[in-house]
Amino acid sequence: MADKLHFSLVSPARELFSGEVDHVIAPGSDGEFGVLVNHAPFMTTLKNGVVRVEDGGETTMRLFVRGGFADVTPAGLTILAEEAVNMDSVSAESVKKELDEARQALLAEGKDGSAMLEEQVSYLESLKAALVN
Amino acid sequence: MSGLKELKNRIGSVKSTQKITKAKQMVAAAKLRRAQEAAEASKPYASRMANVVANLTASMGDGSGGPKLLAGSGDDKVHLVVVMTAERGLCGGFNANTAKAARLKIEELQAAGKTVKIITVGKKGREVLKSSYEDLFIDHVDLSEAKDKFTPYAIGLGLDLTKRFEAGEFDVATLIFSEFKNVLTQNPVAKQLIPAEAPDDAETIDLGGAIYAYEPSEPEILESLLPRYLNTQILSAMLENAAGEQAASMTAMDNATRNAGDMIDSLSLQYNRARQAQITKELIEIISGAEAL
Repeated sequence: MADKLHFSLVSPARELFSGEVDHVIAPGSDGEFGVLVNHAPFMTTLKNGVVRVEDGGETTMRLFVRGGFADVTPAGLTILAEEAVNMDSVSAESVKKELDEARQALLAEGKDGSAMLEEQVSYLESLKAALVN
Repeated sequence: MSGLKELKNRIGSVKSTQKITKAKQMVAAAKLRRAQEAAEASKPYASRMANVVANLTASMGDGSGGPKLLAGSGDDKVHLVVVMTAERGLCGGFNANTAKAARLKIEELQAAGKTVKIITVGKKGREVLKSSYEDLFIDHVDLSEAKDKFTPYAIGLGLDLTKRFEAGEFDVATLIFSEFKNVLTQNPVAKQLIPAEAPDDAETIDLGGAIYAYEPSEPEILESLLPRYLNTQILSAMLENAAGEQAASMTAMDNATRNAGDMIDSLSLQYNRARQAQITKELIEIISGAEAL
């Protein structure tokens, strides 16, 4: 019990994961970091990127997060993501389609209110890049 | 005694009303399930977010010197009340209860000599409060096109509030919405949004004397965390409100359907009595007519 890390990842829409794992690697805004059990209390903002979950010596899950926070406490690691997807559940094609749509919308929108769309495009771009690797 | 024809018409009209309320009830029940699921699904995020904020504020001490969203503007004169209700009626006392709570809050603030400004979310609350407080309205959020997607509206309102707060338009913002307890109970509650308050039931984790490390710096984290906390609170209020609206609507329509049923029963009884009385009368007329011959 004590030698496993409690990890949970939630987005506003739902809780994507909650359970005991060995090791989590997350994309902090100042650089990627890994969290093992009994990590010192630590809090950071995240940038868009891949959260890798390792258990039993192998990567069991890859999740793509769009910004958010990671909070490490003695109780475990909590990631609050603005948006998150399990990378096994999305295909490169569907992301490409969404990206094209978002780009179209951005072009159609013009200047006003495009900050959110721009963010959407950059998020999808990095998600696409992460899927290729 | 009302004529047979009129009674028959009334029964027919009550029957069609019952059909409508029944249909509305079933629609509400189906929508309720979805709304409830959405509200439930958003809870882990909201409660974790609250815990994180609680932890941060606890480790920051009294919060002074922190970002304004947390520490407040240092004043307590202008209060902004955000009243969140539904877009539609036919949901029993749902909108009225929230509006009443809002009215109490506004009166209380005004009695304490504060300036009150109001932002309404959802049409119904605006209609109710319009008669007494129209001059206090500063904005309105229309959710009629939202369907089930509240996120952009929540973010929009959050940004708007932050902007107004930074421009010094108000000192304290309170959100009044209906808390979704269960299908039968929805309580109007007031929640302070700005300055941010961690809920009482948030778990603060005992760090055992360890010191939190922050990356980047603590102020920077708070700076990006607090607006999100605000958005999250607004979003979960919207989701709870939506679930509450459907639940209230379902209960109200269920009552209406039952009342219509009772009404149909008593009207049918009356109709049958009248019909029998008429037949008896006709028989008497025929018999006494025959006797007279």
